[in-house]
Amino acid sequence: MSDGSLRYRPLNLGRWVIWGATLLLFLVLPLIFKGGFSRTLMAQMGILIIFALSYNMLLGQSGMLSFGHAVYSGLGAYFAIHALNMIGAGQLVFPVSLLPLVGGVFGMVFGVLFGYPTTQKSGTPFAMITLGIGELVFACSLMFPGFFGGEGGISANRTVGGNFLGIKGFNFGPDIQVYYLIAFWCFLSMIAMFAWTHTPLGRIANAVRDNPERVEFIGYNTQRVRWLVLILSSFFAGLAGGLSAINFEIVTAENVSAIRSGGVLLAAFIGGMLFFFGPIIGAVVFSFFAIALGDITKAWQLYLGAFFVLLVMYAPGGLSSLILMNLRVMSFGKMKRLRDPYLGVALSALTLLVGLVLVIELTYHLTLEAAGAATVKVFGFPFDAHSVETWTFVIALVLGGAAAFEYMRRRFKHEWDAIQVEMEDWIRENPERA
Amino acid sequence: MSQDNRLALELMDLRKSFGKTEIIRGISLSIAQGERHALIGPNGAGKSTLFNLISGRFPPTSGAIHLLGADITGRQPFEINRMGLARSFQITNIFHRLSVFENLRCSVLWSLGYKYSFWRNLNKLHNARERAEEVLQRIGLKRRRNIAAGLLTYAEQRALEIGITIAGGASVILLDEPTAGMSRGETASAVALIRDITQGKTLVMVEHDMGVVFDLADTISVVVYGEIIASGPPPQIRANAKVKEAYLGTHAEAA
Repeated sequence: MSDGSLRYRPLNLGRWVIWGATLLLFLVLPLIFKGGFSRTLMAQMGILIIFALSYNMLLGQSGMLSFGHAVYSGLGAYFAIHALNMIGAGQLVFPVSLLPLVGGVFGMVFGVLFGYPTTQKSGTPFAMITLGIGELVFACSLMFPGFFGGEGGISANRTVGGNFLGIKGFNFGPDIQVYYLIAFWCFLSMIAMFAWTHTPLGRIANAVRDNPERVEFIGYNTQRVRWLVLILSSFFAGLAGGLSAINFEIVTAENVSAIRSGGVLLAAFIGGMLFFFGPIIGAVVFSFFAIALGDITKAWQLYLGAFFVLLVMYAPGGLSSLILMNLRVMSFGKMKRLRDPYLGVALSALTLLVGLVLVIELTYHLTLEAAGAATVKVFGFPFDAHSVETWTFVIALVLGGAAAFEYMRRRFKHEWDAIQVEMEDWIRENPERA
Repeated sequence: MSQDNRLALELMDLRKSFGKTEIIRGISLSIAQGERHALIGPNGAGKSTLFNLISGRFPPTSGAIHLLGADITGRQPFEINRMGLARSFQITNIFHRLSVFENLRCSVLWSLGYKYSFWRNLNKLHNARERAEEVLQRIGLKRRRNIAAGLLTYAEQRALEIGITIAGGASVILLDEPTAGMSRGETASAVALIRDITQGKTLVMVEHDMGVVFDLADTISVVVYGEIIASGPPPQIRANAKVKEAYLGTHAEAA
């Protein structure tokens, strides 16, 4: 997606195909996954995709590390839910389908207000100010219960707007209708944010990320660039907040909290900030961890944390960089040679993972539910957390898996490095075609 | 080339102190439009600091700077740039993750009036693309167009550094040691490049290579300990006793 700017093509067929496929996916996904749970999951993924992309306008595109982006989505959500309640009370005539725009506009208003002092600085001072503003807004949420609803938050009913375009039964009550509302705004936001990366401001934001000092000497005020980017980004954050207000019909102080801000940072990082589509992948994976895994095990945050640490250590470019590196190998026609090493790594990693998961789940069971039943079901099989046999098996799995994984990893790395060298050599010999 | 009689640059009793140390100790200098002016002097004489004052990186402690007749003392770098002055850096200062072409396109955007636009499609801004392509051609990096700037060789990065500086079409160009660290061959092509791209513009450069200085400059100013001890055409500087004593006498061979 990043090469569009490099060559002039009046009609970019590849891009039409990608966007078309995305739209199709959005349309048919709920028809394939019909369960209530998967629809909940997909709705939250859609919201997080918007939020993570808006976050990446700051971090990946402009080099601004924010610890307080939930301020904009959360405040947007509060204004949207108050608007929803006003619609319900007959004080406001406004279609519920456009309510996310209310969130977006108010997110933007706070982007203008808080963004100005924040973007006076860059780098670490910027990050510290965002943290401070995040704490400030969170403190306010407990101080002004009239607006923020105190501990219980503000709740609303999303069906109060009546029928969408007069279509009978289309009042955003059923999950599927909310899903399509989210999908609509998500698709629109994705296009808008992608288009933004190909505008003068978008490109200068990249330049500010790479070298803010030099930008000052080509005529641009870097503080102004950062401020404008933050304002635009907080619009999309607020829009995501507005959608979450509709989706959950409740907004609490958690929506503006540091936990939310940290979550979106994690999501963007997992997906990778160097490519536009990275945060989309990150949002999907993060939602999966938080919702799907959270449904199965109490230890989901531990798994997410471990996954995050591994990713930062071994693939700092996130999942999107892993995908692109493999696509590159594929484009050179060398993927065949990696098939066996990959298989070996995957099987040994799976063994190790199963062993580690058993350790974690059994330990959790022993410490948290010691009084309960001795057996615990993991992967559908019952394990006796107190038996020596179980633990012998588990430890053998971990040790055996670790040894096999280390061997396979080295074998894989050897082949991988060799392929990288071959590709570099080829590029050096054929600089024009690279 | 100077259609008007405004000076390109005028420095009036410029001073700069860092703490108690006075680095620039009262420099006054007038540079006419179209002139190629070289600043020479031993290391630590204050040449780069002088560039930083003129380009707005630091404000001067006292004195005044006029650019094309307008007072720019204490202005921000981006304001000075918009008024027609561009500079390069001694240590390469490029956008390393952007492609060579994007480096140049970024550098032309403000001068073409696109400002902070977030509603225009970059790829449809034909004049920005054409201008960037033209600069790309002139600095000889056409074949490296789509490579990330951070992956260029040192000499190529120096060429790009100059390209970024001139792309915005500023009429007063400041080059800080454009040939530093280059081989003899690279230096020769850099001199040819500088001569070409500063056609009809005002050039002020800091340079240690005396071959380059005497080749390019119409006027040379010698900076020693934050003061200009001599200023004039190359033959006059070559003959100046004060200069020989302070600078050329001890450093000429090495340089």
